[in-house]
Amino acid sequence: MIEIVSKILENYKDDGSLIKILQQIQNDLGYVPKEAVDEVSRKTGVSPSQIYGILTFYSQFRLTPPGKHTLKVCLGTACHIMGGHEIFEHLKRKFKIMDNETTEDRLFTLTKVRCLGCCGMAPVIMVDDKIYGRMDISKTERLIDDLR
Amino acid sequence: MPDVKIMVCHGTSGLSAGASEVYKKFEEELGRQGLLDSCELIKTGDRGYFRDVLVDIIHPNTGRITYQNVKPEIVPELVEKHVKNGEIVKKHSAGKAYQDFFAGQKRIVLRRCGEIDPENIESYLEDDGYKALEKALTQMKPEEVIEEIKKSGLRGRGGAGFPTGIKWELCRTQETQPKYVICNADEGDPGAFMDRSVLEGDPHAVLEGMAIAGYAIGSNEGYIYCRAEYPLAIKRLKIAISQAKERGFIGEDIFGAGFSFDIKLVEGAGAFVCGEETALIASIEGKRGMPKPRPPYPAQKGLWGKPTIINNVETLANVPTIILRGGDWYASIGTEKSKGTKVFALAGKVKNTGLVEVPLGTTIRELLYGPGGGPAKKMRKIKAIQIGGPSGGCIPEKLFDTPIDFDSLVEAGAIMGSGGLIVLDDSTCMVDLARFFLSFTSDESCGKCFPCRLGLKKMLEILNKIVSGNGELKDIERLENLAKSIMDTALCGLGKTAPNPVLTTLKYFREEYEAHILEKRCPANQCVALLKFEVNEERCTKCGRCAKVCPENAIIWEKGEYAKIVKEKCIKCKACIEACDFMAIE
Repeated sequence: MIEIVSKILENYKDDGSLIKILQQIQNDLGYVPKEAVDEVSRKTGVSPSQIYGILTFYSQFRLTPPGKHTLKVCLGTACHIMGGHEIFEHLKRKFKIMDNETTEDRLFTLTKVRCLGCCGMAPVIMVDDKIYGRMDISKTERLIDDLR
Repeated sequence: MPDVKIMVCHGTSGLSAGASEVYKKFEEELGRQGLLDSCELIKTGDRGYFRDVLVDIIHPNTGRITYQNVKPEIVPELVEKHVKNGEIVKKHSAGKAYQDFFAGQKRIVLRRCGEIDPENIESYLEDDGYKALEKALTQMKPEEVIEEIKKSGLRGRGGAGFPTGIKWELCRTQETQPKYVICNADEGDPGAFMDRSVLEGDPHAVLEGMAIAGYAIGSNEGYIYCRAEYPLAIKRLKIAISQAKERGFIGEDIFGAGFSFDIKLVEGAGAFVCGEETALIASIEGKRGMPKPRPPYPAQKGLWGKPTIINNVETLANVPTIILRGGDWYASIGTEKSKGTKVFALAGKVKNTGLVEVPLGTTIRELLYGPGGGPAKKMRKIKAIQIGGPSGGCIPEKLFDTPIDFDSLVEAGAIMGSGGLIVLDDSTCMVDLARFFLSFTSDESCGKCFPCRLGLKKMLEILNKIVSGNGELKDIERLENLAKSIMDTALCGLGKTAPNPVLTTLKYFREEYEAHILEKRCPANQCVALLKFEVNEERCTKCGRCAKVCPENAIIWEKGEYAKIVKEKCIKCKACIEACDFMAIE
């Protein structure tokens, strides 16, 4: 892991690329582990608290490893009034997890997301990189069965 | 030239419905029939009409015909009948709703979306691509470019509606170098998706607009700040930037005019507040995206402390057309103070959802009942629209004859914002909607200033209290007081405008607040704590839809019988309420 982080850090310049570096780490590892933060801090001279400041400010970053599939339930305005919230609550109940947590079998990570910009197909769920529109609870159930 | 052109829509909506499978099937079928050489098969971007996969076939016999809901199974029939023999396959062609959706539109920004292949620069060049940049660089002085934009009356399409030409001029007159051009593609407003469609459908128009802006203000470096939630837009921007560089439209000495311009793409990391320009700058600099007080404005001291202009995607996409056709032409569209067209993202409880570009000054009613096609469900009545995202407000049905322009909307208590327009019907609870926006803004508050960080949280608590049936009349007054203090004292646009959704719903739908508080009743049947989950037999039509959608099998129904909810099994998920067209579940 440290090798991957060191390789990414080779490109670091003090020009605002810290967020980009952290994005690359998350791309490669799926999340930003503590060891990576320490390594970034050592190489860049930016303190770990400042790095955590960035990591916790932006919703994209994860500090824990994600499950095999990430389910993002859109809770933008259109999705909210078309029933997105109910789908999100249903999944929380079904998986017995909260927002941003992973199921015990490590199969699914559930997160809410603020608008995927697909409001015309509300309510919307994004599984990994694929968008599913005009969802409801029973369609979501079927989708999850297919993924298992 | 091939005789027949086939266009398969590859926007986010098309792709989610299987556009790539349809495209592959066309390739396969045309190959099998030996038609590949006589046909041009292209992938287009999003045209903003959300009906699964759209395919257009242009044949000399028929002209252009659009098919909707295309599945791979029907491709052989389309190829056999339409491509080969020039016969329209009527049962799959797009119907009246599709025609209505496009009939009242005037497309300038969206002109090429769904018409060209966004991943192929040739496709853009064939449609006047980079001609405006050439004209600006070779025939106009930077001051003349600014003059043309001022003449057009173009105002920022991202939210505040600041005149673009004046912003450019302010930056041009700064003596500090270097200067920067930033394209704000952090379309964070929930309910807005026009920028995504432009970036996915016509990315070069934005690059061209940026290069023209760079020339006008005297900058050689541009940044596009695009949100991470738009992976397809990011991919297409990367392709467009590299193709434009290869062809010399970005880079050194463009058109031999001695002007150089480079564009870098920065991916956002997910923070709504980064749509605010000073926060966006902090984010590009690699910091937490927290706003700063203005002045100094970015045009004076922006990125790395240098003069910077920040324009929204839609604003920049307008620029090439204005340069080519002239400011006077653009100013002839729209109203006296709001010139040109605006793209609206129509979503929610309306029949046709998607992107609608109309001249400013069009009334809300014309928009909803023309391209929008009226309510989504026949039994329901549209009661209001919400425009402008979390900073905007609601406009009730009685004001639907208001023309949509910057000033009329403000008068009605809303704002243009980025143009997200959510349609609400009688099944939408206005208190819950206000609560939704407050939960959004309090989540997204950067935490820097006190009124926003704590004030919004307090307002949210009060709203939660009301929707859970514990509200008291005094809470309305508390909400109004808090709203006023937050608007007066918050630092940035996010905080200053965040109370708007509460204030406008209170202004126009106070009776809904009172019903929650005094009668412990939610008129729209949405607030779970106030619902009984019982079937009203006077309304129930015994159709059984509720029983079919119940994930817990908690509804007993037999043909010809009223449905009955078994309370012990019911998890209050509201799937039945969503499904019932007759509002029979209370």
